[in-house]
Amino acid sequence: MIPPRVGRQLLSDTWRRRLPLLPALLFTILLTQVPFAFSVYYSFTDWTVVPPSPREFVGIDNYRELLRDEFFGDAIVTSIQLTVFPVLAALVLGTAFALLLDRKFLGRGIVRTMLITPFLLVPVVIGLVWKNQMFHGLYGVINWVIEKLGGTPVEFVSEYPTLSIIITLIWQWTPFMMLIMLAGLQSQPSDVLEAAKVDGAAPFGIFRQLTLSHLRPYMELGVLLGAIYLIQVYDQIAVITGGGPGSTNVPYYVFQRSIGGGWQFGLASAYSIVVVIASIIIATFALRVLSRLLKGEAAA
Amino acid sequence: MSPDDATPAVGERRWVNRALGALAWITALIFFFPVLWMVLNSFKTEEEANRSPNLNFDPTLDRYREVTESTGGLLSFGEAFMNSAVVVLLSTLIVLALAIPAAYALAIKPVTKWRDVLFFFISTKFLPVVASILPLWILARDLELLNTRLVLIVLYTAINLPLAVWMLRSFFVEIPRELIEAAEIDGARLRGQLTSVILPLAAPGIAATALLCVIFAWNEFFYAVQLNPVDGSTVPVWVTTNISTRGEFLAKLSAASVLACIPVVLAGWIAQKRMIRGLAMGAIK
Repeated sequence: MIPPRVGRQLLSDTWRRRLPLLPALLFTILLTQVPFAFSVYYSFTDWTVVPPSPREFVGIDNYRELLRDEFFGDAIVTSIQLTVFPVLAALVLGTAFALLLDRKFLGRGIVRTMLITPFLLVPVVIGLVWKNQMFHGLYGVINWVIEKLGGTPVEFVSEYPTLSIIITLIWQWTPFMMLIMLAGLQSQPSDVLEAAKVDGAAPFGIFRQLTLSHLRPYMELGVLLGAIYLIQVYDQIAVITGGGPGSTNVPYYVFQRSIGGGWQFGLASAYSIVVVIASIIIATFALRVLSRLLKGEAAA
Repeated sequence: MSPDDATPAVGERRWVNRALGALAWITALIFFFPVLWMVLNSFKTEEEANRSPNLNFDPTLDRYREVTESTGGLLSFGEAFMNSAVVVLLSTLIVLALAIPAAYALAIKPVTKWRDVLFFFISTKFLPVVASILPLWILARDLELLNTRLVLIVLYTAINLPLAVWMLRSFFVEIPRELIEAAEIDGARLRGQLTSVILPLAAPGIAATALLCVIFAWNEFFYAVQLNPVDGSTVPVWVTTNISTRGEFLAKLSAASVLACIPVVLAGWIAQKRMIRGLAMGAIK
């Protein structure tokens, strides 16, 4: 990295450097920051779109209502369940898969291809396949296995709606974690590993001392990126349960209270701000990890 | 560690390696099973698909014919496919057109606060979609853009732009400085440097970036169903129109699902090695 030039700088040179950046920057501000500012503004009004009502400023009334709304509390709990469990399970499975793939064996390319595939599928299709072909009470494969093993069939989606979505999300996100971990394993300096082997270190010791500590930033990044996406998951809920008993997360609830039929844009905006605050908390950690990695790159 | 230079295993280690290889195969087959099952069901009749699981059936392509020919909903497969193709390709091209100069200004001739700008871009990815959907919906309604391809092109560009800037920057940083300086001494301006040095050298990285943009845009459902639910919509929305509340639909839905997934799955299979590298370079650095 060339250090920024010090001393007097011609304005034209500064702007010549900035110019290529501006279109992307303006586009991004216009489509993310500006709508968000409007959301904040709406959240302090009592605006209802259908039936149309005048938009009046109501202060923090929406936020007060939000605290009283028991469904909102449920939605927060569901949001946490649909984020934490899939992220952690996918991380463990993804790391295990990556370790299995990080060695030579017959048909390794085919195995990797099969393991990556769920990451490439349309998320709506993933939801539909699991609901209708895996979880289904009569024709579902899982119930067929349960019956063969002598158990009684389970109506997964209606009896355990949130768990059904969690299992589907784990399946979808494991390949993503696996890809990040594979990238981490492949960036591991092989000379250090060789040296440890020559020194007679036990394989498990090498794994714990060297590989795991090397993978740590990748794990952190995988968890944070996964959490950012999963906290706003929508597709799976829409096709598997339609928000049915206990499986509505906060974004889905916002949708139900606004475009999805509630049309209370003021109230729904206040709810969406809560998702933003949660995301900011996760993002603060994510940015710290990224910043550390970026500094490492600058030092290298 | 590259597996190619692994020392030949002997005795016990060879046995362990074989066992782990077999374990990898078994894991992969179980993990892949739902995909396989979906493909199998798409070749069955509705009667065969709506029974307890069985492998005893005569494969038929009739379900594919049905879902591509009939229009159960308002949206036909041809229309949805065209909409998706146009929206995905145009939005990806616009992303590259905006992100390549931006990455140049962050990596090669960096602006003074390049680090802050980079973090601003990535932080917008952390802003949940739900925080902006209501104002965007209102704006699209007022501009009469609901149910148009344009609204999806603009929004998919916005979704993918931060990621593309972040990834492309990391690829541009890798380009040897001397080559760019040489082009500069030869009098090449931004455009000349881009076409003669940067784009050819960063081509694999640009391809990986474009591929991720295509995957995310092709698979997107929330914006498509919220802003564009009727005739202008995309393939994921079309898939859901194959669910019927009356009668059996499992085989047809499977055929529709396979059709919807094929383009991205094939592209991903072909480019998987590059994608791992892209994630390593782009997401990590």
